Amino acid sequence: MSALPHALDAVSGIVGPRWVRRRRAERETYASDGLPTLHALPAAVVLPASREEVVRVIRVLAHHGVPFVPRGAGTGLSGGALADPDAILLVLTRLDRILAIEPDDRRAVVEPGVVNARLSRAALPYGLQYAPDPSSQAACTIGGNVAENAGGPHCLKYGVTTNHILELDVVLPDGTEVVLGSPGGEAWGPDLVGLFVGSEGTFGVATAITVRLVPLAPAVRTLLADFDALRPAGEAVSAIIASGVVPAALEMMDRNCIRAVEASIYRAGYPTDAAAVLLVELDGRTDAAVADTAREVEQLLRAAGARQVAVAREARERERLWQGRKKAFGALGRLSPDLIVQDAVVPRTALPDVLEAIDAIGQRLGLTVSNVFHAGDGNLHPNITFDRRDAAERARVEQAAAEIMEVCLAAGGTITGEHGVGRDKLRYMPAMFDATTLGAMRDVRRAFDRAERANPGKVIPVHACREWRTGGWADGRSSDSTASPSAHPPTRPPAGAVSVEGGT
Amino acid sequence: MARGELTTRLRALLGTAAPIETTPDGVPRVAPRTTAECALLLRTASADGWRVRVTGAETWTPPDAPADLFLTTRALRGAGLVSAADLVATAETGVPLDTLRRAFADHGAWLALDAPGAPGRSLGSLLATATAGPLRAGFGLLRDQVLGLTLVTGDGRVVTVGGRVVKDVAGYDLAKLAVGSFGAFGVVTTVHLRLRAIPRADQTLVGTGRRDAVLDVARAILAGGLTPAALELMSPAAARTDAWTVAIRLVGTGDEVAADRAAVQQASPIPLVERTGADAAAFWQEMLDGGTAAPVTLRAGALPTGLEDALDLVALHLDEAVRDWLTVTVPAGTLRWSGAAGPDALIRFRDAAAAREWPVTIERAPWGTCLRLGHFGAYREGVHRLVTGLRSAFDPAGILVAPLSGNP
Repeated sequence: MSALPHALDAVSGIVGPRWVRRRRAERETYASDGLPTLHALPAAVVLPASREEVVRVIRVLAHHGVPFVPRGAGTGLSGGALADPDAILLVLTRLDRILAIEPDDRRAVVEPGVVNARLSRAALPYGLQYAPDPSSQAACTIGGNVAENAGGPHCLKYGVTTNHILELDVVLPDGTEVVLGSPGGEAWGPDLVGLFVGSEGTFGVATAITVRLVPLAPAVRTLLADFDALRPAGEAVSAIIASGVVPAALEMMDRNCIRAVEASIYRAGYPTDAAAVLLVELDGRTDAAVADTAREVEQLLRAAGARQVAVAREARERERLWQGRKKAFGALGRLSPDLIVQDAVVPRTALPDVLEAIDAIGQRLGLTVSNVFHAGDGNLHPNITFDRRDAAERARVEQAAAEIMEVCLAAGGTITGEHGVGRDKLRYMPAMFDATTLGAMRDVRRAFDRAERANPGKVIPVHACREWRTGGWADGRSSDSTASPSAHPPTRPPAGAVSVEGGT
Repeated sequence: MARGELTTRLRALLGTAAPIETTPDGVPRVAPRTTAECALLLRTASADGWRVRVTGAETWTPPDAPADLFLTTRALRGAGLVSAADLVATAETGVPLDTLRRAFADHGAWLALDAPGAPGRSLGSLLATATAGPLRAGFGLLRDQVLGLTLVTGDGRVVTVGGRVVKDVAGYDLAKLAVGSFGAFGVVTTVHLRLRAIPRADQTLVGTGRRDAVLDVARAILAGGLTPAALELMSPAAARTDAWTVAIRLVGTGDEVAADRAAVQQASPIPLVERTGADAAAFWQEMLDGGTAAPVTLRAGALPTGLEDALDLVALHLDEAVRDWLTVTVPAGTLRWSGAAGPDALIRFRDAAAAREWPVTIERAPWGTCLRLGHFGAYREGVHRLVTGLRSAFDPAGILVAPLSGNP
């Protein structure tokens, strides 16, 4: 007999019956995250309210051998927060207290359910901010950001989540409590904080997170440059980075995306006849210094082929430009019933070629692919709009997604820069990593969770072990995934050999 | 196995031309020329139970560490594959840091990392110790500059993570585990690094005074919302003067640096002297050189608001006369000390720091001290089990000589 009913009864005694959602309709609310193509119905949804409750719940689940999936706001884009019918979804949004803001040490301590934007608002009176700013920052939680090692536009200058996490209070999957890192961020032993960040909920649950805060820049300028082709826009990105200027953000949107934004309530005044626009944000100590840098960047943009360069000085102007960028996914969602947001990274210099290749894939398969992404990091987000009720179109979407990954890997890139592997990208993992490396990753997972009960079936395609070890294609998706298999596995070129002494 | 037999076995494995020599203590020292050779060596060592000590330029590892075999990364000298346009580089870990810097500079690029010790220390020693210098204030730790690496595990598996892109969250970040683990999980043979364009302006401001006065300068700069590339306190010995020193380094475009310089000067309650060019470079390098002049080098992770207390602890347990090399990266709350204290004093210091939740890492020390204290000492509760599990996974035969936790 399954241990699940007994476990749920015990869990209900800990968090209260109101916070254990068992009815199908209630569970349906949590059956997807931000990726609409994947769907899984958890056995139950449990919403603890405190660290103590999390510890007790996890110990009960460990005792009964029940798998669980930690979840924040469910804004993830890789199917990482889906739980199968034999697993509990552990939703952490009720742990939403900001425990401390310590401006003199430039740090804050928060619970995992604190919403990203709320933390920055709370730090604002001290002239500080929490720098990682994913597009979903109005909803996503710091706990989710830690799980996924989330990025955002301003990570170009200020770094991604892993660069801002100092210390973590963690409940391991067997219910053991550990503290990783130290109050100031110095590692206490091997860097287990760095290992935990981005582990997608497979190592346990962070119940208190100490983050670094950074000062707000007093002076900011945002430039909007438009181009009549993708290639010069991509080349402008490399020119800016190579110049030594480090923008706070450097974002690109293509024509499809521009038009979607301009046709929505989020319209920002982007030129709809442009093939691409670049948003470049510069910040610094004084208006004069930032203005000088802005003039230099404007020259670089024009030299690369920008038709026009507009400079937004006032906060309201800048907010309008950024609203278009940050709400682009929402604007794209208006175009069709469904939207998938892909995530890959390529070397910055490969952007022009890769963008053209993605465009060609979309055209060949009769799909609308829109690009809005962190160009300064080479972090692409091709968005494909479609209707999931159309099986043929859905198959083409899956094929396009696989081909896009193949193009990015062939360019020396990676299959995800900030959304994580989750369930969606499992199928590409054997193309990224050889069997030995995947095996080592599994070893690491088992050091934290010997039974592999925390977020099972994510990150590492363990079920396809035999297939990948023989060098063939591995489909690591679990059986309830609704995604279609890819037509062809992408392949990654061998790493370049390092030349001897002196090099190339 | 007798040492002579071991050398014969090594030649059989790697060929007669393989770089194998014998240390003054009679221990074979082998320098694999490729990742594959390194993997072959460690696979064999693991199977046969040879204890292996991994070294680079041998300025950071104790020469008296007991081992059946010294594996040195000296022959892993590829410093190529610099992409100036993408600002990434790939290098092998036996390359001296100063060689790398020159290679990057030839491409107009810069690794935003300075570290205590001689300029010729190997890249691998940086990775093993995760040592950081003053630039940590503005650019973070070495782990923040590492985009990926190849690790040969203790049992000879070749694990490759990350690559030549600046963001990557595919799979677990095993690079974080490898960096700063003193070689406990294996030998890093190749690393991908994030570079930056050489700053167009680079300026240093220096002030001197009593310890708490220069600390006040640093605090005032932070309170002004500034985060310089470096904001470092130095003991008289570290700065080679007769007073405590605060040094501020500003990098960026000319306009940015000019604006920051004005803000720093305005915030500072004491006058600051400007140093530029070769003079500034020599100032910083001389300070860094001193970090390995004495037998022990350690770092302690406090908080910016706890630095008086941290400095008092050093004076109480390690350096009452304030004669030793000591530097503090104020924005990070990190303190580095180098001196000749014995194990008992180091243990007392570490215990006092642990009571304040500050980790103390012994970066280098004589073997007996390393063995007794461990590089990290006692972990926080529950962490030892994790580290032990990870070590077993990467080095199942336990051949890698790397005392992480202590044996007081």
